[in-house]
Amino acid sequence: MTTVPFGQLLILPVLLFALGVLGVLARRNLVFILMSIEIMLNAAGLVFIIAGARWGQADGQIMFLLVLTLAAAEVSIGLALIIRIRARLPSLDSDAANLLQG
Amino acid sequence: MNITFYLAATIAVLATVMVITRANGVHALLYLVVSLLAIALVFYSLGAPFAAALEVIVYAGAIMVLFVFVVMMLNLGEIAAVREAQWMAPRIWIGPSILSLILTAQLAYMLVSNEIGNTGRAVVDARAVGLALYGPYLLCVELASMLLLAALVGAYRLAETGRSGVIKGGH
Repeated sequence: MTTVPFGQLLILPVLLFALGVLGVLARRNLVFILMSIEIMLNAAGLVFIIAGARWGQADGQIMFLLVLTLAAAEVSIGLALIIRIRARLPSLDSDAANLLQG
Repeated sequence: MNITFYLAATIAVLATVMVITRANGVHALLYLVVSLLAIALVFYSLGAPFAAALEVIVYAGAIMVLFVFVVMMLNLGEIAAVREAQWMAPRIWIGPSILSLILTAQLAYMLVSNEIGNTGRAVVDARAVGLALYGPYLLCVELASMLLLAALVGAYRLAETGRSGVIKGGH
């Protein structure tokens, strides 16, 4: 059994984070923007796990637990906001949300 | 065998590319679930079985269910039935199914050959994580509980409905 090099392990979260950034920048639908944020948070958690595995410590998995909690809280608030926006605006286009007033 | 790590990583990237290029929200969610399952397998091959289980239960389970609920809610309308029939077309679910089957085969192989942590790292099991979590990291648990409570109250207030059942106007 050979060891996968640390640098090769880090390629995966970098790619995933870049894809998440691309999603946020390219998509205008709010649901897709939220999904891309999830992808980015997940990539950050993956880096913690990789670092924890690199040094054989449990701290990485604990930080992943905190990222998971943050993602759950962020998704619940974000989706509630999306439902509110949908009730007031005809579309979920994030460019249309600048018409909100008061 | 390191091939399981590389294969799972490839599936994760492929599925994520499919997520950000789909036009339909439900199709993107299907691929997002596959991507999260692939990342869970990566965790498993990195020697973090507890994190892998949490990834499947919380991310691919709970958070994705929230997304599916909201996407379905937003799509309600007269044409909803027609669109649902379109979602059942084989060309929609065949892609995620193939990727999931590959992941399942990998997981079965890793379980049978007992190859947890097969990227050459030491396995950090759930016991070590629990001891650290409720020892030096106890304050983090408290902070996480406060964060979840704030999210609960915030989501309740944001989605609050009036007596008529419609979502109230904002203040």
